Amino acid sequence: MAIRASELNTAAVEVDGISKQFGQEGRIQRVRPWRKTSKPKLALDQVSLHVDSGRITGILGANGSGKSTLIRILATLLTPDAGTAFVFGYDVVKQPAAVRRHINRVSVEASFFKEMSPWENMLYAARLYGSGGEGTRGRVEASLERLGLPLDTLDKPMKQLSRGQQQKVAIARSFLTTPSLLLMDEPTTGLDPRSKREVQELVRSIRRDRAATVLLCTHDLQEAEVLCDRVVVIDQGRVLAEGTPAELIRAHAGRDEGSLEDAFMQLTGKRLEEDEEEKEE
Amino acid sequence: MIGNSLRWEMNAFVGFIERQKNLYRRYWAWEAVWLLYNLVSVLSIGYLASGLSTLGLETSRVNLQQTQLYLLVGALLWTYLSMVFFEVAFAITWERWEGTIEYTFMAPIRRLTHLLGMCAASLIYGIARAAIIGLALVALFRLDLSQANWAAALAIFVAATLPLLGLGIFTSILPLLSPEKGEQMAFAVQGVLLLISGVYYPITVLPAPLHLAGILSPLTYTLDGVRQALLHGLSLAGALPDIGILLLMGVILVPASVWCFGRAEVRAKRLGLLKRSG
Repeated sequence: MAIRASELNTAAVEVDGISKQFGQEGRIQRVRPWRKTSKPKLALDQVSLHVDSGRITGILGANGSGKSTLIRILATLLTPDAGTAFVFGYDVVKQPAAVRRHINRVSVEASFFKEMSPWENMLYAARLYGSGGEGTRGRVEASLERLGLPLDTLDKPMKQLSRGQQQKVAIARSFLTTPSLLLMDEPTTGLDPRSKREVQELVRSIRRDRAATVLLCTHDLQEAEVLCDRVVVIDQGRVLAEGTPAELIRAHAGRDEGSLEDAFMQLTGKRLEEDEEEKEE
Repeated sequence: MIGNSLRWEMNAFVGFIERQKNLYRRYWAWEAVWLLYNLVSVLSIGYLASGLSTLGLETSRVNLQQTQLYLLVGALLWTYLSMVFFEVAFAITWERWEGTIEYTFMAPIRRLTHLLGMCAASLIYGIARAAIIGLALVALFRLDLSQANWAAALAIFVAATLPLLGLGIFTSILPLLSPEKGEQMAFAVQGVLLLISGVYYPITVLPAPLHLAGILSPLTYTLDGVRQALLHGLSLAGALPDIGILLLMGVILVPASVWCFGRAEVRAKRLGLLKRSG
């Protein structure tokens, strides 16, 4: 869905003071000794964010830092407990239909009907996004060819495709719906180095060829450094810093020839790997 | 503007039917197993009726045929009704299992389109499967349908569609409310409908509370009306009370179920229950 001229002047994403907590029903819990109750978890804590149109903005954080919760709120799949979020000026809570016409999402888990083929899955997506008639097959073939997927995969069940191929189909599917804002939630996690590089090149091409805005959630520091125009560092549901990768390195790496990883360690007080180890424990 | 919006929604509506067609085709082996299971279930009811004479319970041949027809109509209709109910009720469970639930829920379409698309696909598929089983029954049993008033039976059948879809949509809310237990609860609802709706017996034999529940079940009027039309030639005028009740139930159940689904969706988004794992 193409954005209107009036929408070009507005921020792609404007988030103000968003909070989200899981594990509470918003009512007084009855005491049930036989029932194990989990502690409420604050996934997002007063997060504010501004994303300009036509840029790749990275949300950088460890597992469990609140990245996916933020993406789900912007995708109208979660409602925040507090704060407001706008996509091209539309409120994600009050105007979800308008928001949905402008967005698409590529998540870490490829959301496909596994027995259906890429073509059948993409036809379904096209139907949901207002197309699917004549010429769709041609557009799907062109899209997949551009991503380097052999055309003989088009009619095979998705489950027979490799994880990298599935992720490419997910990206091709998002292209098909021409979103103004593409929400990418760890699109390269679990991919082999070659597939990872190909997907990263695709992300670059989205901005270059389509002038779309990309919000890229990742815990891959190198990926954030090479792909993103701006990076927002998030930890335990709070925004710690934001700026261009160069700005963040300069301000937080602690040395002149530092990296984004140095800046991240300085900001959060730990390495990404440590957070992942903690989570596994 | 309205025309564009309607076209958009119609396109998505077709998309759901198309998707279900593709899924049925891709899962053809499972579908064949279910069809066989349904066929065997209905046949066993038919042969149960045939065997009544050997038990000395039915001596008159006319009565035996009537009993057999009574049971087979019930079994065939239940196969159809339960299948449509199952397909609609499990629409959410299925998407959660496939991992596509978030993708479908963030699509720029009305939830009504989503639900009606699923309902339409279920109805088409349910009718196709019931027709195959019906043909098998005609081939295997000597059914006396000389009294049947097909127009009245069809009218009741069509009128029953609305409340049936309403019940299905209501039940599809359960997995939205509880990702872990919703599926089992939907099975329980299906079982209760089988018990109270007079599938194999008139609801008058039920104890008072269940009898009352049976009166409130739209399936009771469907089964009773279609049986009356096929076995006793109930006229179209005579079927009007049943048709009226079914339409009234449908007019109440469908909007109410769609509204409740909307509330359940809001709750699921507040609590973060739309994720695959819940």
